[in-house]
Amino acid sequence: MTDTDAPSADLVTEDTGDEGLDARLVVEHGTFRLDVTLTAAPGDVVALLGPNGAGKTTALRALAGLVPLGAGHLRLDGTALDRMPPEARPVGVVFQDYLLFPHLTALDNVAFGPRCQGAGRAEARAQAAEWLERMGLAEHAGAKPRRLSGGQAQRVALARALATHPRLLLLDEPLAALDARTRLEVRAQLRRHLAEFEAVAVLVTHDPLDAMVLADRLVVVEHGSVVQEGTPSDIARHPRTDYIAQLVGLNLYRGQADGHTVRLDTGPSITTTEDLSGPVFVAFPPSAVTLYRDPPSGSSARNHWHGEVAGLETHGDQIRADLTGELPLAADLTTVAAAELELHPGAPVWAAVKAAQTHAYPA
Amino acid sequence: MTSTDKSDAAADTLQGGPRRGRVRSGRRGVPLPLLVPALIGLAFLLLPLVALLVRAPWSTLPEQLTSTEVWQALRLSLVCATAATAVSLVIGVPLAWLLARTDFPGRGFVRALVTLPLVLPPVVGGVALLFALGRNGVVGQWLDSWFGITLPFTTAGVVVAESFVAMPFLVISVEGTLRAADPRYEEAAATLGASRFTAFRRVTLPLIAPGIAAGAVLAWARALGEFGATITFAGNFPGRTQTMPLAVYLALQNNPEAAIALSLVLLAVSIAVLAGLRDRWMTAS
Repeated sequence: MTDTDAPSADLVTEDTGDEGLDARLVVEHGTFRLDVTLTAAPGDVVALLGPNGAGKTTALRALAGLVPLGAGHLRLDGTALDRMPPEARPVGVVFQDYLLFPHLTALDNVAFGPRCQGAGRAEARAQAAEWLERMGLAEHAGAKPRRLSGGQAQRVALARALATHPRLLLLDEPLAALDARTRLEVRAQLRRHLAEFEAVAVLVTHDPLDAMVLADRLVVVEHGSVVQEGTPSDIARHPRTDYIAQLVGLNLYRGQADGHTVRLDTGPSITTTEDLSGPVFVAFPPSAVTLYRDPPSGSSARNHWHGEVAGLETHGDQIRADLTGELPLAADLTTVAAAELELHPGAPVWAAVKAAQTHAYPA
Repeated sequence: MTSTDKSDAAADTLQGGPRRGRVRSGRRGVPLPLLVPALIGLAFLLLPLVALLVRAPWSTLPEQLTSTEVWQALRLSLVCATAATAVSLVIGVPLAWLLARTDFPGRGFVRALVTLPLVLPPVVGGVALLFALGRNGVVGQWLDSWFGITLPFTTAGVVVAESFVAMPFLVISVEGTLRAADPRYEEAAATLGASRFTAFRRVTLPLIAPGIAAGAVLAWARALGEFGATITFAGNFPGRTQTMPLAVYLALQNNPEAAIALSLVLLAVSIAVLAGLRDRWMTAS
């Protein structure tokens, strides 16, 4: 992940013209309403990132035609797909648990799509063998899905979806079913295959790391709507909701800026280095927080607040302290520091943050 | 460890482990008010079968079973039950799919209608078939005058009567299997370009094959034992509509030994079906 602020790159992907995906997906069931706008150019990999129940999978199913659109539109390379049944859409799907047909071999699973598109048995099998070869699975062609490992099944599922030459590839939580070690390896492979894919790819995930590694652009969905979109680095630096802030590990606040002071909607103010006015977000990482047992007098930090320890947990080799009080925040400190401060739930503490370590940006 | 412990442990091992030994001990045993009726129930179910075996004319059995009437009835039963199963498969599996995978108004009511022949007295089914497909029946009169097809009192009539009674078993079994099968496989097939029928043929059908097989065996067994609807709709003509159950009933009047012999054949077939089903269910799970 490179740290470049290149808004021009964003503009290029936004300008789809006739090529690529242009969709506004509105789906309602019960009290839940999904309303998401998605655009992407061929070659783009877009990640729909959001908590469980945000509507990501519904959006994916709407793109595939498995859920009817309540309103909106769906165009792919200039063709309207809204009214097309799923089997007529040039869309490939890698399902979360892959859904490989258990009664068919890996080869016949991959050959299924070409067969449905009219290829003869031998021709479809030849194409399938080629795809398996490309995925490095040639020796597993004759295996039934239950004999494949999680990573192999994932690649067969990807080959099966790609074998129909889709213009839109959809991946639903492509790595969620894998254990941690396989995940690392499969993520790298998937990244390579997605980079080679010349049409639009949309993947759904609740894992920010998967999203940032695999996608060029993130679309964050919460409660059925898009709350933020941009490049991974932009989103990591400028989160706009608590959910995203938590994902990328930042303390996030919203307030009114007046010069170098941001008065938060909840009362306290934060001094920042940025000179802004109007509604802003302020973010700082938990590692920027220093804790004291007494009011810090000699500290050079411009920001300090009184609080109380609400909870402690180990976080890597650090201790993460959750504070309540004037300014609820998360702070990281070493085990030694935590012991010296005699931290325990309910302990009163002072938290200090240097202005230089905060980051303010317009809301 | 004391010597008593050791001998207890040894006794446990002899009985197949400590746990089994404990269940057998007094406090965890089966209470008498449950045990006695249970044993009576078991005896009640087994006794008639034992009686059949005890009274079987074992010495004359070979010649009883090789008589023309027995062979005729057995052959007819097998042919008709198999044909009825085939009919049930061809129209019952699509019906089960419709009930399990589509949503239409009054589906619950249709489902209830489909299961009606399960609880309907078969004789009533036979009477109903006569008024539907009989020579003067609602549909039968047209079959007769337009195509010259007469169903009642023919071998085809036996197949019709048996299908009517047996098909619900197949439909219920297949519908249950379909409901348990993950419909997302059909969605996956659709995203690969398969029409709904292709998805059914190439994905759903192979996935529910064990359920279809179990349903077909149930339907076949039910058709084989069919009596009421068959005798009402198709009559009792040896060689044409007289199936095994009908032959058993008739033989009981004038040749009880033959009735026992025929019954033994049906019992053997039933046991074979049961064994076959158990194997299917074990491989399916």
